[in-house]
Amino acid sequence: MTPALLDGSPAMSATDVARSERTDRIVGVVQRQGALAVLVTVVVFALAVFPDFRSLDNAGTILVAAAPPMLIALGMTFVIVTGGIDLSVGSLYVLGGVLAAWASRYGLVAAVLVPLAVCGLIGLVNGLLIAYTRMAPFIVTLAALLGARGLMRAISDEGSTTFVVQSDAFGTLGTGSLLGVGNQVWLAVVLVLIGMLVLARTGFGQSVYAIGGSEDASALMGVSVRRTKILVYVLSGLLAGLAGAVNAAKLGSGVTVLGAGMELDAIAAVVIGGTLLTGGAGSIAGTVAGVLLLGVIQNMINQVGDLNSNWQQVISGTFLAVVVVVQTVLNRLRRIS
Amino acid sequence: MTLLEVAGVSKSFPGVRALDDVSFTLRPGEVHALVGENGAGKSTLIKVLTGVYQPDTGELRYQGRPVSFAAPMDAQRAGISTIYQEVNLIPLMSVAQNLFLGREPRNPLGLIDRGRMEREARGILADYGVTTDVRRQLGTLALGAQQMVALARAVMIDAKVVIMDEPTSSLEPREVQTLFSVIRRLHGQGIGIVYVSHRMDELYEICDSVTILRDGRLVHTGKLAGLERIELVSMMLGREMSQTRRQGFTAFAGDHETDGDARPVLKVTGLTSRTRLHDISFDVRPGEVVGLGGLLGAGRSETIKAIGGAYPIDSGTVEVDGAELKRPTTVQAVAAGIAVQPEDRKAEGIVAGLSVRDNIALAVLPRMSRLGIVSDAKIDQVVERYMTRLRIKASSPDQLVGNLSGGNQQKVLLARLLATDPKILLLDEPTRGIDVGAKAEVQSLIDELAGEGLGVVLVSSDAEELVEGADRVVVLRDGVVVGHLTGDQVTTEHLMAGIAAAAPPEEPA
Amino acid sequence: MTTTTLTARRPDIRSWLPEYGVYLAVGLLILYNIFFTPYFLTLSNLRIQLIQVAPIVIVALGMALVIGTEGIDLSVGSVMALAAALIPLYLGYGVVAAIAVSLAAGVAVGLINGVLVARVGLQPIVATLAVFVGGRGLAVVISDGQLKDIRNPDVLYLGSGDLLGIPVLVWIAAVLVAIVAFVLRRTVFGRRLLAVGGNRRATELAGLPVKRVLITVYVICAVLASIAGLLSVARIQSSDASAVGLLIELSAITAVVVGGTPLTGGKVRILGTVAGALLMQLVIATMIKHDLGPSTAEMAQAVIILVAVYVARERKSR
Repeated sequence: MTPALLDGSPAMSATDVARSERTDRIVGVVQRQGALAVLVTVVVFALAVFPDFRSLDNAGTILVAAAPPMLIALGMTFVIVTGGIDLSVGSLYVLGGVLAAWASRYGLVAAVLVPLAVCGLIGLVNGLLIAYTRMAPFIVTLAALLGARGLMRAISDEGSTTFVVQSDAFGTLGTGSLLGVGNQVWLAVVLVLIGMLVLARTGFGQSVYAIGGSEDASALMGVSVRRTKILVYVLSGLLAGLAGAVNAAKLGSGVTVLGAGMELDAIAAVVIGGTLLTGGAGSIAGTVAGVLLLGVIQNMINQVGDLNSNWQQVISGTFLAVVVVVQTVLNRLRRIS
Repeated sequence: MTLLEVAGVSKSFPGVRALDDVSFTLRPGEVHALVGENGAGKSTLIKVLTGVYQPDTGELRYQGRPVSFAAPMDAQRAGISTIYQEVNLIPLMSVAQNLFLGREPRNPLGLIDRGRMEREARGILADYGVTTDVRRQLGTLALGAQQMVALARAVMIDAKVVIMDEPTSSLEPREVQTLFSVIRRLHGQGIGIVYVSHRMDELYEICDSVTILRDGRLVHTGKLAGLERIELVSMMLGREMSQTRRQGFTAFAGDHETDGDARPVLKVTGLTSRTRLHDISFDVRPGEVVGLGGLLGAGRSETIKAIGGAYPIDSGTVEVDGAELKRPTTVQAVAAGIAVQPEDRKAEGIVAGLSVRDNIALAVLPRMSRLGIVSDAKIDQVVERYMTRLRIKASSPDQLVGNLSGGNQQKVLLARLLATDPKILLLDEPTRGIDVGAKAEVQSLIDELAGEGLGVVLVSSDAEELVEGADRVVVLRDGVVVGHLTGDQVTTEHLMAGIAAAAPPEEPA
Repeated sequence: MTTTTLTARRPDIRSWLPEYGVYLAVGLLILYNIFFTPYFLTLSNLRIQLIQVAPIVIVALGMALVIGTEGIDLSVGSVMALAAALIPLYLGYGVVAAIAVSLAAGVAVGLINGVLVARVGLQPIVATLAVFVGGRGLAVVISDGQLKDIRNPDVLYLGSGDLLGIPVLVWIAAVLVAIVAFVLRRTVFGRRLLAVGGNRRATELAGLPVKRVLITVYVICAVLASIAGLLSVARIQSSDASAVGLLIELSAITAVVVGGTPLTGGKVRILGTVAGALLMQLVIATMIKHDLGPSTAEMAQAVIILVAVYVARERKSR
């Protein structure tokens, strides 16, 4: 009584099966590696065209500038893979920076822990509201965006006070380097690697994918939907706060005017990296490629002296549109095949 | 020894008694068919078994002990797994990830051991005849293979009971055979299986015993082997076996006067859609009510939707009054005079948040307006006409449709369809879920409309309603037309014989 | 005879609050200000409040329509910037040409959004995100990153002129409110819009041109945003593409949501939206008048949004 073999494809001829599997593979590769391929192309192009792009210094500049957005996009990847969205990270980034600069008077530990605690707490509130009241993540984190910005202004005397970093140890975190690579780049690299392990190789990571793929099915399969949701928003809050702190350390002060629109840049980087905004699929490697791609484009635009730096936004926007449309089309192809 | 048992279970929802004193017993190694039409209480019973609902009265016993499951996870942990009709896995995750979600093998560092997970997944799935690359996204697999993964997962968690809710509804024949060989193996391992399906051939091939529910009550339970198909079908559908065509169960009058030579108002030829519909052809003349008979999943709703442009078709044509529609969109279908009353009133019919007036006028706004500006006077005329004609009971035309009773919601929906002045009316279970009074009113309305020369296609799971309402009945089974009842053949008995057998009977049995 | 099946509906607070809460809040805030805020009831103060709220109201009108179809439009701020950037460029060809061009930009963006949502099938938030990110950049690029003074008297009249003692800006906003309310209530399009938002599947089956309705909604929203952009330029007498309409999508969504329009679609409350915009404006004004900075106002706004969405949240049905 041997069962008939199911090769996973609908009944059709062998060539059709082969074609379906091929489409499937190609679609998968494009989705996963598309951003990386574009990044490589752009870098090769830049190396060929801009002499200044080749210097190690410039590479360092790109990486250092990309570190805070990388941290934010890392948290955002977790949130988006669950099918949610976190609009509050831009505000939390600024808030984290201001808090770090303010707390640096109490030393390095306070400068790191205070922003983490406050931003993590706001992330927790986001998570609790989203998990328990079933309000849309969009609205909850929109309110958090306003609330966090208000809090930041309240602390900084309506934005008129700029706290200067008073702990040398903390300042070194932002300005120092190890083996010729900036500290914050190291931090981003380490956290990205940990993030990759967590998302791909832990039970929590699997639940993140599962609830993004289908909340109902995951609940039936025993995934703790609420806990997972709460955790990703806490994580996103923590990383945004940390990014702010790192940036404050680099700048030597908690700047109150940056960060507007940062959340949407992060979302753009995540989506360009191949993570589906509908949730359930995506990778941190893709997000890294997305962040670097945006960073390299910015850098290139700066190289062309007379080009308006706002081209970067135009290009990001176009990229984003192309990526989401291509993704939708690819997914449809996959379904049909 | 019994494995799983419910004794005298009742469950009510506001306005509905979904289960009324139902008992059910499953023995180890038994494949037990659970059958009944929509609304018979099958899904409620399954939900009681799996901890989604708690019974109002009655007892659930598992392995001889009384139990109560607070949530589906409790039932699952206890060893009762369910395979749903729609595969309830995560389509975007890999096959192996789906199989192991929540119990992934770990390496010494506590991280998921991918290699081992994939190796084990390959081994397990080979037993189920699935040989695909386990790293593939589950959603890219054929439904049969997905179903197998779900089954493998269910059995993997030490299941003692596996409940399968219409597992073959979207499978192809060879996939069904694979499923059956797996079921036979589970059967050999002493696992009890509750098998919900409407496909007679399958039931008789794989099931040992059967429980039949109707209107929330237990109609019959026992061995399947001795039970004639026709008996099974009649217990599911009818009130009792009848030799002759009977009158009086419904508000339908007799046959309609139709001119046999008149040009059909609707002609359907060779309608085919993937695995669901195969070469369906029939026609409807003006003033005629044609019934579509068959069990759940036979393709009745799909046929109706395909005609209305709301279900994709691969080939076939639809002609209205001689004019051919090629793969019509819903907009074109409505413009051609086709009006569809979908089965799921709430999800696809009414707009609950709008008023009675807005719902009735929804599809005819352009006619009620000039330069895009709506004339409320014109709308009020139409709305009043249909509210009176259909005796819609609402506090005012401004009442939200969502606040009306089911029967009145249905009438509002019918009013919306009639307002478009259709040539052909496709009704999918027009009297389901509405009270007796409204039911009779809807039935006489159908008569009346046919009397006015409309062509009507009627789908109903109520055998009497179908037989008394329709002048002819087209019998569908698994997406194929298997019978055509005309004249004296339009009886519940012929209908059931047609549904139970592969071909229509030549003469009354 | 059976009686009507009208379900008895007591006016309980759960259904009453989301409907009328915003008017109550506006009323209370106005009363408070009359008694406790010096110079609140002066003509100049009322003028300022109305002028400041007008662009938000205009954008929120479009947003309300989009949200009524279960959508969202993040691109409105960028559309304002685009309109603002185009004005000085085409003023040389006359006021009418300049206005026509900036409105045409709105139509173009609306078409892109609408086609992405209705035809490609993207989630509205994703579809409009691309324009949000790229649109403002494009606007700044167009205007060469420069702040351009506007001296054309006709344009300035729109921003700071008076008609019958009331600012032209306020008149325009009021007229647009009336038009949108009329369109929503009295036209085929308006009724279809609500049906699409209420039950898209049923509307499709009823044979309505759902995609066309959706595309039109996004076009209307973008056109209203470009009008707001135009008026903002006229009011501040200069065009600064990097600042015009910044974060207005948040204010607009807030006004709509606080005004009692559910995010789940099928229902649009135009007057509620106006009241929602007024409420947020008054909250800020009141706090400023009482020496509480924008920080407190922002935190208060956050709380108001959450409360409004929480009370209006879909009750568990089915």
